[in-house]
Amino acid sequence: MKRAGYLLLLAVYLLTFLMISSAICQDLKMDKQKMVIASKDIDTERSAVREITVMTHDSFSVSKQVVEIFEQQNSAKIIFLKAGDAGEAMNKAILSKNNPLADLFYGVDNTFLSRAIKADIFISYPSAMLKEIDDTLKLDSENRLLPVDFGDVCLNYDKRWFKDHQISPPSMLEDLINPRYKGLLVIQNPATSSPGLAFLLTTISHFGESGAFEFWKKLKSNDIFITNGWQDAYWGKFSAASDGDRPIVVSYASSPAAEVHFAKDKKDDNREAPTGVVTENGSAFRQIEFAGIFRGAANLDLAQKLIDFFLSRTFQEDIPLQMFVFPANRHATLPEVFKRHATITTNPAMLPYDEISQKRDIWIEKWTELIL
Amino acid sequence: MDRADIVIFRRDNLSRADQLFKEEELSGGDNRVRLESHAALFSAQEQEEAVPTARTLHGSFRPLPAMLAITPLLFLALFYFYPLAGIFIRSFSDQSASSYLSFLKIFKSSRMAGIIWFTLWQASLSTILTLMVALPCAWVMGTFDFRGKKVIMTLATLPFVLPTIVVASAFQVLASTISDVAASSWLTDIVVGGDNIAALFLSWLVSSIQPEQSISMILLAHIFYNFSVVLRITSAFWSSMGKEMREAASMLGANGVQILFKVTLPLLRPAILASSMLVFIFCFSSFGVILILGGPSFSTIEVEIYRQAAHLFNLPVASCLSLLQILFTFGMMWVYTLLQKKRARLMPESEKISLRRALSWQARSAVVICVTLILLLCVLPVAALLISSLYYNGSISLIFYRELFLNSSGSIFYIQPGDAISNSLTFALSTLAMALVIGGAASYLIREQADRKPHSLLGKLLEPLFMLPLSTSAVTLGFGIIITLDKSPLNLRRSELLIPVVHTLVAFPFVMRALLPALRTIPSSLKEAASIMGASPFRVWLHIELPIIARALSVGALFAFTISLGEFGATLFAARPEFTTVPVTIYRFLGQPGAMNHGQAMAMSSILLLVTAAGFIFIENIRRFGHEGF
Repeated sequence: MKRAGYLLLLAVYLLTFLMISSAICQDLKMDKQKMVIASKDIDTERSAVREITVMTHDSFSVSKQVVEIFEQQNSAKIIFLKAGDAGEAMNKAILSKNNPLADLFYGVDNTFLSRAIKADIFISYPSAMLKEIDDTLKLDSENRLLPVDFGDVCLNYDKRWFKDHQISPPSMLEDLINPRYKGLLVIQNPATSSPGLAFLLTTISHFGESGAFEFWKKLKSNDIFITNGWQDAYWGKFSAASDGDRPIVVSYASSPAAEVHFAKDKKDDNREAPTGVVTENGSAFRQIEFAGIFRGAANLDLAQKLIDFFLSRTFQEDIPLQMFVFPANRHATLPEVFKRHATITTNPAMLPYDEISQKRDIWIEKWTELIL
Repeated sequence: MDRADIVIFRRDNLSRADQLFKEEELSGGDNRVRLESHAALFSAQEQEEAVPTARTLHGSFRPLPAMLAITPLLFLALFYFYPLAGIFIRSFSDQSASSYLSFLKIFKSSRMAGIIWFTLWQASLSTILTLMVALPCAWVMGTFDFRGKKVIMTLATLPFVLPTIVVASAFQVLASTISDVAASSWLTDIVVGGDNIAALFLSWLVSSIQPEQSISMILLAHIFYNFSVVLRITSAFWSSMGKEMREAASMLGANGVQILFKVTLPLLRPAILASSMLVFIFCFSSFGVILILGGPSFSTIEVEIYRQAAHLFNLPVASCLSLLQILFTFGMMWVYTLLQKKRARLMPESEKISLRRALSWQARSAVVICVTLILLLCVLPVAALLISSLYYNGSISLIFYRELFLNSSGSIFYIQPGDAISNSLTFALSTLAMALVIGGAASYLIREQADRKPHSLLGKLLEPLFMLPLSTSAVTLGFGIIITLDKSPLNLRRSELLIPVVHTLVAFPFVMRALLPALRTIPSSLKEAASIMGASPFRVWLHIELPIIARALSVGALFAFTISLGEFGATLFAARPEFTTVPVTIYRFLGQPGAMNHGQAMAMSSILLLVTAAGFIFIENIRRFGHEGF
């Protein structure tokens, strides 16, 4: 019995070393294999299953079925690498520039677009599928980053709260500084949250730079609550989703659809959504997500096929219920719950992406000084 | 005592050990406990003098040969210093002049000074408060034996694994439940017959746990998380301390207070210092608590590093702040090492002998107060969480749990709860194994260095060095790993091995901190006695050292296991769908709106708690299996 402790320790030690050494061996083997494959003609290797790696952010999701369609058509295996939130994933991609971790990246948004382009990590690919994509979403004229989906960041409100209190819900940004809506809004810190930043950009696009900060001053005196992330705002303070006491939150125009889709009694898509959105009069900011092929991608031909696939209807129609954003492909049909409960903004607020990249840090700094 | 006395004392001791050792040979080991408890007490100075000669005379068994002792250094160099050096060099070399300007501007700004100041004072205050709450409980746990003690200890450690966002949610459920209860007048009527003192108390309770962003929320959360660190480490040490010293003091006429301040606390100092150091460093580099419970108006250095690195991509500033954090930790550990130079070595005792049942009414009420406090602090939020995972449309239902087993969206990132649990457990057990080996080897390395060359610089450097990973920003390290561990044979960037490796970096300092105080209490006379009697070095280690350090070892193992289970791991590269862990699943559910998502997140959190509790019981029983007197 006494020996057991020691033996356990010894066993554990051996195990650890075995694990590490086997991993290293595997790694060596894999590298060798890669070299072998690279040296042979790719056409003769068609029969073997090839691996293709997609780097993305934490919110990415896709149906298993859809992935399998691509894998079967191209006798390939897709490996997804989630690398943190949108900003972090982007930075990791830039850092690994000389030795890319993946073949392509899914999910650069328009606030990070110019950082990616400046870092020169993506190569141009004028996919034939681009003709099916909404032209207003195409921001990179050289097609290094191709639009795949978009979402509108806007105000969400708790319908029941406004009904109970017999106040009409807000209909535009200007309403928020009305004393009637004092102490009702929860927003996110633009320095740490992407919807938070989008909301700051909405105000700048709507009121102009100086007008926006005037608006924020008034907003501040109207008692707003600020969290660092979307989750703590929505699950922590928003009265429709938590025990919180704030009936207005900054979220997405598709959030009501998610509320219905993931409701407790979920079988009924026709029920009324518990939340409403404010999207018109330039009060919603369009976030566009892009995909691109890394410079130095190991499987260029397959990566191009995967980009085509991302833009195809098969993948695009899967997007809404997986990520709760809208497909970029004009021909993609929306699921019923989206048609009914998600709002596509007719006139979204947008800012030129190079202006965003130039002034983003200044705006955030200014906002921080003013509000925090 | 002068030298002659020591020799006599020592000889006396040896002959007694001789006798006991023979007894043990005959009766097969059951007397070891007596050997420990019968041996005499030695004080620090005497020991330090006696050690070198004894070593040279008999040699001493090194349980870890030189190669193994190098392992922790190698591990640290490879997975910590190399990636960090990589990212530092990268961010300070190829940056344009404009970023240097912004860099200077940031460092001159008063905001940065404010952040550094806030980081320091919130960490100090959190540590002091945690100590104030946990030490009395540690006394109860280390002195008395009572029914259900194990359960209470397990419950007290559970909060450690919960993701911050879930804790915030649990606090909120709790707050609203209490306010509901407070609102219904029947309770107040019952409690004080219409008097509103109870109502006042309840409303105070509600307002104090309301998850509003505030400094008190940060402090409360830090106590909530770190309570068990102090409790576990200190009470383990307390119960092994023996009571001869205290009894002697009492016989010499000291009263309770005198004994506490002159005997008990000085003897406990290594454990208190070790655990408060851990708590301080944990709060110092606090991230989730500040970000979620503190809100945007509070920022620590760690949060600022994340902001600069992940969102602004300002690597020079992020690196510089990381460096600052590392240097500060190092400096603090340096001071700590200097502080603990003068320490008492005393004979460790078996838990069985030192623990007593709470018989007097004072003792009983102490136990009751301690248990109530733990229940209030740790169990109430956890219970609130469990209830919210079971509460569906006004009644109790398992629907959220059932829903976990369905991949209703067909997502490729969906994972069966069973698989998530087995992933989590695999990573946690590998972390436990690696942390025990690395932490154990590191502790021995430090002790050997201190014993052999107490004044060498290297020996003094080792201890602070091994504590550094605890306070290093995950974002910085993650970035470093990407640019350095990218070539074969170390191309681990996409390997699942990276997960336990990074968890081990954070976990092994815990093993070390738990182990070192225990290791240092072992008087060399015990080992010498045994080796003179003819025990092989290995037997000395197995029969003398291991039983004494086993308790501390199991505390370390427990924390390593817990840290790995609770780690969110978003900063790693290996977040591939097939390696999804339980915390990652929780975050995935909380990433989208909808009541079902929230319910499932709560259900998954409850499962995480259950798995953790099961793991605790398992680890504690392994210890029992090894030696019943640990």
